[in-house]
Amino acid sequence: MAVQLPEMNLVLLSPEILLSLVAMGLLLMSAWTGKESRGVIGMITLSGIVLAAVVLAGLSSATPSITLGGHFVDDRLARAMKWLLLIATAFPLLMSRDYLAQRGLDSGEYYVLTVTALIGAMAMVSAGSFLVLYLGLELMSLSIYVLAAYDRDHLPSSEAGLKYFILGSLASGILLYGVSLVYGATGSTVFTGVAQAIKAAEHISPVLLLGAALVVMAISFKVAAAPFHMWAPDVYEGAPTSVTAFIAVMPKVAAFTVFFRVLLEAFGALQGHWAPMLQLMAVVTLAVGSLGAIAQSNIKRLLAYSSIGHVGFLLIGLTTGNQLGHQSVIFYLTTYLFMSFGAFCVVLVLNRQGIGDQIGDYAGLAKKRPLLAFVMAMFMFSMAGIPPLAGFIAKLYVLMAAVKAGLLGLAVISVIFAAIGAFYYLRIVKIIYFEAAEQSFSMELSVSHRIVLGVSAILVLVLGIFPGKLLDWSLASVQALL
Amino acid sequence: MLSLVTFLPLVGALVIFFAVKDNPKLVRYLAMGISLLTFLVSLLLLKGFDNSTAAFQFMEEAAWLPAYGITYRMGVDGISLPFVLLTALLTPICILASWESIQTQVKGYMVAFLALESFVIGVFCALDFILFYIFWEAMLIPMFLLIGIWGGKNRVYAAYKFFLYTLAGSVLMLVAILVMGFKGGTFSIPALMGMPFSFALQVWLFLGLFSSFAVKVPMWPVHTWLPDAHVEAPTAGSVILAGILLKMGAYGFLRFSLPILPDASRYFVPFIFALSLVAIVYTALVALMQKDLKKLIAYSSVSHMGFVTIGLFAYNQQGLEGGILQMVNHGVVAGGLFLLVGVIYDRMHTREIARFGGLAQRMPVYAVIFMVFTMASVGLPGTNGFIGEFLILLGAYLANKGVAVVAATGLVLGAAYMLWMFKKVLFGVVRNDEVAALKDMSMREIALFVPLLILVLWIGFYPAPFLKMMHASVEQLLIQANTIKAGSAAIAMF
Repeated sequence: MAVQLPEMNLVLLSPEILLSLVAMGLLLMSAWTGKESRGVIGMITLSGIVLAAVVLAGLSSATPSITLGGHFVDDRLARAMKWLLLIATAFPLLMSRDYLAQRGLDSGEYYVLTVTALIGAMAMVSAGSFLVLYLGLELMSLSIYVLAAYDRDHLPSSEAGLKYFILGSLASGILLYGVSLVYGATGSTVFTGVAQAIKAAEHISPVLLLGAALVVMAISFKVAAAPFHMWAPDVYEGAPTSVTAFIAVMPKVAAFTVFFRVLLEAFGALQGHWAPMLQLMAVVTLAVGSLGAIAQSNIKRLLAYSSIGHVGFLLIGLTTGNQLGHQSVIFYLTTYLFMSFGAFCVVLVLNRQGIGDQIGDYAGLAKKRPLLAFVMAMFMFSMAGIPPLAGFIAKLYVLMAAVKAGLLGLAVISVIFAAIGAFYYLRIVKIIYFEAAEQSFSMELSVSHRIVLGVSAILVLVLGIFPGKLLDWSLASVQALL
Repeated sequence: MLSLVTFLPLVGALVIFFAVKDNPKLVRYLAMGISLLTFLVSLLLLKGFDNSTAAFQFMEEAAWLPAYGITYRMGVDGISLPFVLLTALLTPICILASWESIQTQVKGYMVAFLALESFVIGVFCALDFILFYIFWEAMLIPMFLLIGIWGGKNRVYAAYKFFLYTLAGSVLMLVAILVMGFKGGTFSIPALMGMPFSFALQVWLFLGLFSSFAVKVPMWPVHTWLPDAHVEAPTAGSVILAGILLKMGAYGFLRFSLPILPDASRYFVPFIFALSLVAIVYTALVALMQKDLKKLIAYSSVSHMGFVTIGLFAYNQQGLEGGILQMVNHGVVAGGLFLLVGVIYDRMHTREIARFGGLAQRMPVYAVIFMVFTMASVGLPGTNGFIGEFLILLGAYLANKGVAVVAATGLVLGAAYMLWMFKKVLFGVVRNDEVAALKDMSMREIALFVPLLILVLWIGFYPAPFLKMMHASVEQLLIQANTIKAGSAAIAMF
């Protein structure tokens, strides 16, 4: 009996293959070269990412298709999210170059792990089956665990890594268990196969429901949705700031894409079951995000709670079950990406001068560095959802989707928490603008900081006023899902 | 043209922020020039405005987010034009008033002020609900910074309170707007005016909008942010707050609640009347007890805005026109009073009524101007306050006699606290050295009041042109407000 190999269209995998080669090359380079070549490794990593972007752009002419026997999907959604992932990897690298050099963290492995995390995330967004999903998730997660603990002479960093690892492994275990239950109930790990089996079944078996619930829980852990958010504040605070910026955005982009795939492609027929669960989670997440942040004095912890709050909004967009909601999730993720990186970049810039992560240290920034303070205020107002900034349009579309789906109660709850959330964003603005300056704030901005801040600030403003193009793009990337 | 008026200040603000070095003098002159230019353009609007029609004029439309019927749509009618003009007039006055009192971060101050002007004019011109909301909310940012950076001792608390009160109200409005948009299939305000909504839905939508407008007006019991914000804001900030921001709430009732949700608006008339009466009487009593000049005027603002809401919900021509006119009047008069407080605050750095006394002997010009504004605030015939309050009371009398009687007591109380304050501050003997050393107003300061004084007396003696401007629009609004959109059976069932 001849072994039948599934058709393999490796061209569709070319960005991932390219990045794998880059990762291996970097690993060899960092083993053979000394300290003096460290700057070069960073540059090579960035060029690798740019090259992957070029390849990705080249792919866009190919018709969306499925390969490797349904395990690998290359559709509009995957491509769109890969763009976000590339940006979400490049930006933290760009803005943390000095930070890493200052702390002696810029050894080759840092870059290798960043790239492998990226590959894992790219596999996740292209996953057509639970197998690839699991592989991608583990590759990404394991790389990130190590990155979180990368500053090994710094106790909180090791603690963050360990905490992340233990809780993350638990989540992975839950995912595996859930997948095995789903497999038991449907006989397939491929999303489309699962969907067909559910449709064909006469009644929905409790085993399947349990499996689906476990899968949803595991992914919720990755996006830090409450009540699976416990790790986030500690990890955000303990990890090196460059890593925090990375894990604040990249895994979320990947995990939300996985939500799309799993919930809509595999468990689409179970929407009546998972939607209420996610809605309840959204409410709890919003509450935790906006109430938890109020008492925080550490900017990284505050941003952790803030990201939890944003996840609450994203979950609402996801549960509406209409195209507007899915579109709003993509749009929200994109704006969240730029707002977060903008805010983290300001934190990193101030870090250069030895200004720590205490929000109180930022007092009076506006008096010394008006432009830097202005962009930080812009990111904060945008996160709070005040027009005319991008964060407002993002929230507006989520709300529109919720209203369209008739989830009025959810819409009202979410806006109330958004108003409460505004309080702590305002607090940062207050400290920056209303208090007397205690520091000299004489640090210089490197070129890469200027690029990241400039791009983020301009996009946050422009996407707030002319969001049309990005909205179209978001719509196009989710259209094939339904 | 409308876009020009709306965005000219914002463009100016951006130019100042990015292109001008931190040179206070240059920044002041630039800001002044930009705001004057805006005022001139707004006068062109007035010139081109056709009084005889109720239709929206100077319409501008551009596709913005076409997928969900969100359009960039601007236009003014006889109801919104007065407020556009008022904003354009008050901003240069405010900038002039801040000429010397603002010495720190002049650039930031002027930028925030011009941005504020842009957003506020945008609120009055927007004819798309989402666009309206964007202006409505965007306005919070510059105002938050104005109070928080250049305000008094307790400025941070006041800035927070202002921002969070307003935001909490507004987000509920946003949900109501979205529901309206989806039920009506469009966010166009003129189109929504003709949309029949069921009564139950109207009630909910009304409450959603009410939560935002009531905070802004402010109506009792959500008025408590106002005294704090007023007291802590810099003089010009108080002027803009009293003169324009408070009008946004009442304008919201006029533009949205009455025409789009007529049945619910009628249903809630007793509720609005009750809150307004409490505001008129209760805050007037509170004003009687104030020791701080600004606080007194702030509470009087709440009381006066109570009159306005009664006029708007009286459902007749007199009440509505009186209400709109009184909004303009209050903008002029309260603005003037805050400027007057600013003048002595710049000299004595106190606002405590007990510290003054005998100012009239030292500052005769100041005393005369102060008197005119006090009389206008009290509603003396011959000043604009009389016309507005008279029309409102007439309207209220036609609608509900009891309401008119209770509201009238507010006038008596208003006279009591204003005259008491006037006497304490200006008359009597000079008792302290600080007052003895006071100089009368400079030419710059007098120039602040000239346009306001002209308006006080002009509207007081010959209000016809102002009423004519809004006449056609008010008539149409009355027709819209009196239509029954939901079947009467539905209302009875509710």
